[in-house]
Amino acid sequence: MEGSVAYENDLHLKATELRLGLPGTDEREEHAVSNVRNNKRPLQEGGANGKSDSQNETAPPAKAQIVGWPPIRSYRKNNFQSKKNESEGPGIYVKVSMDGAPYLRKIDLKVYTGYRELLQALENMFKFTIGEYSEREGYKGSDYAPTYEDKDGDWMLVGDVPWEMFITSCKRLRIMKGSEARGLGCGV
Amino acid sequence: MRRNGAEDMSEDDERQQSPRSDLEFTSNKARYCKATGSASDHPDQVLENVLENVLHFLTSRRDRNSVSLVCKSWYRVEALTRSELFIGNCYAVSPGRATARFTRVRALHLKGKPRFADFNLMPPDWGAHFNPWLLAMAKPYPWLEKVYLKRMSVTNDDLATLAESFSGFKELVLVCCDGFGTNGLASFVSKCRQLRVLDLIESEVIHDGTDWISCFPQGESHLESLIFDCVEWPINFEALERLVARSPLLKKLRLNRYVSIGQLYRLMIQAPQLTHLGTGLFSPLEIAGQGDQELDYGTAFAACRSLVCLSGFREIIPDYLPAIYPVCANLTSLNFSYANINAEQLKPIISKCHKLRVFWVLDSICDEGLQAVAATCKELRELRVFPINAQEDIDSPVSEVGLQAISEGCQKLQSILYFCQRMTNEAVIAMSKNCPDLVVFRLCIMGRHKPDPVTGEPMDDGFGAIVMNCKKLTRLAVSGLLTDKAFEYIGKYGKLVRTLSVAFAGDSDMGLKYVLEGCSQLQKLEIRDSPFGDAALRSGLHHCYYMRFLWMSSCRLTRQGCQEIAHAMPRLVVEVIRSADMEMDDFVETLYMYRSLEGPRIDAPKYVTIL
Repeated sequence: MEGSVAYENDLHLKATELRLGLPGTDEREEHAVSNVRNNKRPLQEGGANGKSDSQNETAPPAKAQIVGWPPIRSYRKNNFQSKKNESEGPGIYVKVSMDGAPYLRKIDLKVYTGYRELLQALENMFKFTIGEYSEREGYKGSDYAPTYEDKDGDWMLVGDVPWEMFITSCKRLRIMKGSEARGLGCGV
Repeated sequence: MRRNGAEDMSEDDERQQSPRSDLEFTSNKARYCKATGSASDHPDQVLENVLENVLHFLTSRRDRNSVSLVCKSWYRVEALTRSELFIGNCYAVSPGRATARFTRVRALHLKGKPRFADFNLMPPDWGAHFNPWLLAMAKPYPWLEKVYLKRMSVTNDDLATLAESFSGFKELVLVCCDGFGTNGLASFVSKCRQLRVLDLIESEVIHDGTDWISCFPQGESHLESLIFDCVEWPINFEALERLVARSPLLKKLRLNRYVSIGQLYRLMIQAPQLTHLGTGLFSPLEIAGQGDQELDYGTAFAACRSLVCLSGFREIIPDYLPAIYPVCANLTSLNFSYANINAEQLKPIISKCHKLRVFWVLDSICDEGLQAVAATCKELRELRVFPINAQEDIDSPVSEVGLQAISEGCQKLQSILYFCQRMTNEAVIAMSKNCPDLVVFRLCIMGRHKPDPVTGEPMDDGFGAIVMNCKKLTRLAVSGLLTDKAFEYIGKYGKLVRTLSVAFAGDSDMGLKYVLEGCSQLQKLEIRDSPFGDAALRSGLHHCYYMRFLWMSSCRLTRQGCQEIAHAMPRLVVEVIRSADMEMDDFVETLYMYRSLEGPRIDAPKYVTIL
């Protein structure tokens, strides 16, 4: 599912993007996606259709998927899947904090179609500039780095994962400032 | 012992114990009821009239089953006075036979597919069609008022026919049903002028595009209960608001997730008399930054002074939780099983819920949340903890710590369903001792074959303690690493167990043998992925007529073995079900076996073979 989502929501900085394939090949996006997936615990994605046969999505490779186990009815499992199959419906509200700002803001991630829009909105909201994103170096050229807390409680750099995966795993945003921010970009 | 149809022996979640005293009853009473010839018809008739009047008051179906066994006269009169007909397996008896015996039925309670069908273990279109029952009832039961269906297939046409055939129809409850859509609902509600109850619970409703809410007839409605939280499609809110406004008797309203909190507010101020409320989305639909004024949701809740049961919270934004504070003190039932909240968010709510008897929640609250529940909810009778993340081998937000806390704090607990990734024998044993009133114990350790993480031992002792110490236990679901020893305990001590669910457990045929030989009250046995074979099944055949059904999937049964059983037991229907795309071979993928007065059914799809 994630693999078939086009990468067009991301920052198209191909020149600085890390790729697995040889320069000039086009499979890199698929590889990059699958790499990302293996690094993280699998998300609650998968069959939104209640009648699908396989219940467990992207289970760890050691255990094969088992139909009907654990014994949770489909509608319960599906309730916590990402709502990306809906075109309408409730928003995904997350709090946004900025180091040094006196109060937090709340935004609806569903309103944005991709990282570019989101970052622009954040720049407007907090009156600052984010640097140029590269997978290798994070946000260069600015004192700020947008980060988010994901479902596992880890703080991640915004922009690393495909947009669809991001909006379903993002619990809150934090715009880091200063040396902490710069640290994120280097050699991670 | 004479059997009067499968419905006699089936019971459901009734807590009554039914000792096998039917035989004694028969021999004592029979001599008073002998027909004595034409001259004595009059006294017999008087006796029957008296009996009829008396039996009208008898509601328990187990008592009725016993009464019907006394003698022919009592059988007849009981059949005349039975107004609520319960059929635990729709294939155990034919509609014609049931309507012929019971001629004055006002309410039908019918169950179809076995429970494992909920987990995609049964191919769709297996059966359990409501249609033949509907057609059979139209003439004999013109005064039919209520139909309760569980795990049945109902079509749009069925819904229309239902409303058309019974002019006084009042209550329709569909639990875990499928096959129908909004079109059918529209036909049904528009034709059913006396409708009081329409409850759609955990059913799959097809989206035909019809605005069914608008189809309720105009004018004052008799609606007392409208439950549609399982309908996964938007509804016409304005029509719903008008409907609620003209339903002064409405007590139960459970909204689906397409009703926002703002809309909920509007409904609540129209219906402060509600006792049961499903809150729908429990967040706004509007996007952030539109600056609409926040409504005072707390006031709306405070106005609902009779509210005792809350559910919904489908997309909860925890900021809105304080709105329910005013009703917490009166709540007896709270369903947070869709609310992704943590312990900190739960505590201010649960600390006010002193009267809570039923609590459904997600494991997002963690052990800490369960400790908070244990600290306050001393009246808790039923707890269900569902996993947010239904996968194996991930970290466990709830564990033996939560179970231990609950066992210590909620000692009146009768029913528990607990999903977790880790559990210890110690905690389970503690629960068996602290909660002697347990009737239902369902523990699902999601990692298959998982031993006690502290001792490395199987979970045998824990479940053994449950059957030993919980003397009222009638329903048990086991999990984790289990050897035959666990089943030995169950067979030896689980004398009242009626429903047993087993998955990925046991070592050998002995496990199943212990259960079939020991559990004399066993009615429903569902087993998957366990190493039980033909020999085990054969050893327990004597018990099978007493059971409503037996399900075994991915075990070690062979076609040959099942064939022998089918030959040996003529009143059992032995269904062998395979996946639609698999070839028939010697290995039996799924066995579903049940007693029936009718023999093999004629509506079985091609991947079901009846031996």
